Amino acid sequence: MQTLPLKPPQLTQHNPVVRATGLQKTYGQVVALRDVSLVAYPGEVLGIVGESGSGKSTLLRLLNLQESADAGTFYLEASPHDQQDLFTLDRYQARQVRVRHIGIVYQNPHLGLRMNHTSSGNVAERLILAGERSFGSLRRAARESLQVSDFPLGRMDDPPRKLSGGMQQRVQLAKAIALKPTLLLLDEPTTGLDVSVQALVLDTLKRLQYELGITMLIVSHDLGVIRTLADRVMVMRDGRVVEAGLTDQILEDPQHPYTQQLVHAKL
Amino acid sequence: MTLLSVQHLTKHFQIHALGREVRPFEGLSFELKAGEFKLVTGPNGAGKSTLLRCIYRSYLPTSGRAVYHSSLGSIDLACAADVDITLLRRSEIGYVSQFLRPRPRASALELVAEPLLHAGVARPLALEQAATSLQEFGLKPELWEAYPTTFSGGEQQKVNLARALIRPNRLLLLDEPTASLDLAARTALLRRLRELKERGVGLLGIFHHPEDVGSLVDNGIEIQIQEEEVAVGRQA
Repeated sequence: MQTLPLKPPQLTQHNPVVRATGLQKTYGQVVALRDVSLVAYPGEVLGIVGESGSGKSTLLRLLNLQESADAGTFYLEASPHDQQDLFTLDRYQARQVRVRHIGIVYQNPHLGLRMNHTSSGNVAERLILAGERSFGSLRRAARESLQVSDFPLGRMDDPPRKLSGGMQQRVQLAKAIALKPTLLLLDEPTTGLDVSVQALVLDTLKRLQYELGITMLIVSHDLGVIRTLADRVMVMRDGRVVEAGLTDQILEDPQHPYTQQLVHAKL
Repeated sequence: MTLLSVQHLTKHFQIHALGREVRPFEGLSFELKAGEFKLVTGPNGAGKSTLLRCIYRSYLPTSGRAVYHSSLGSIDLACAADVDITLLRRSEIGYVSQFLRPRPRASALELVAEPLLHAGVARPLALEQAATSLQEFGLKPELWEAYPTTFSGGEQQKVNLARALIRPNRLLLLDEPTASLDLAARTALLRRLRELKERGVGLLGIFHHPEDVGSLVDNGIEIQIQEEEVAVGRQA
């Protein structure tokens, strides 16, 4: 590539809240991730795009501490473990970090929710895992989190299976942000929703971005979604990051041949 | 006080699918002072917009420097870290384009208030300032709560200007903001730009009809048409 190499940050005062370096992951013969590194700064929204099989979902599973990497390190501003490579934690510690500091919204709500419990109960579960026991505070906190996620409170005691796809995503979101996580992972959060519902969910996410300042990592194959939400984008292919940059720069002046193809394939 | 110092700035686009390289401009140098309004001129396709986008970093410059003296210190925009660019865009470098890219299901008021909300301004105050700004550009109040995706080109442009100019920047890049504006909105724009100039904002702008801003312009920078395209080795 024939552009100027970028300098390290000079003006930004903050340190990154997420730092992952050299991530590798192999499943049998398949190399899912090859030497992937990323940083995210406080309040930043980092988009990840790429075709199916490019390693996006694997990356998200590693960052959600569901699996450990074959190689690489992962640091998160997550007290009391902020000086520690999170891949070296034991199962109990990893679970604590996940409950307290990492929220996730899956494309498929079945992965994130108990479909037959009440919606408020789904959100409260997260708070119970974190040690909250009083029924009153649980109910209040669940309500607040659902409200912030623009969920219609009249339906907070309905189970997710009775809700529309858009509302199910809001319950997932409420659960994910109930404990104000350091990192919010979004895995194709609006894929499969009607376009009008998708727009409303995106609007909620946009608002959370500037009201709560949560650092987010969003995986999507929809470049429109990425343009709306992400400050920066990483383009993945065959388990590698082929290009990373400011969202408008990646979409308007892509450098790598693969990114040029990807961007120009958009309708 | 110099605000921006552009030195030998060059931009090439490499289009891999065609195996071609497009070279809008090469070795461009100029300075912009605080409170100065510089007009970017040149024929269509010469690379005027490309220059603004290179400074805003929507495009990656190929070589050269664009040293910007920010309130936090000097930095070369041509190779600054993405996170520094994001910081500057949120606080002191503005870009006014020809088109609004409205988010579906976001009201005009919400879109205009957004830059302030991002900067940490409380919601009621941000909405109040957004309303004032829309009023200035002459968008009918009954449209404030409506979705700009359904607006006419002129109405969208009013929202776009209100949004782009609501926050006081130090450097403002203007890419033909008067296209599709009616007289009232052009007058409002001119008034706002004069106000910003008096406050010491540096303005670098492309105007299809320079007479729209004639009284504000201090000087110009002309971009010549380069040799159009260069074929390069095709990359697999």
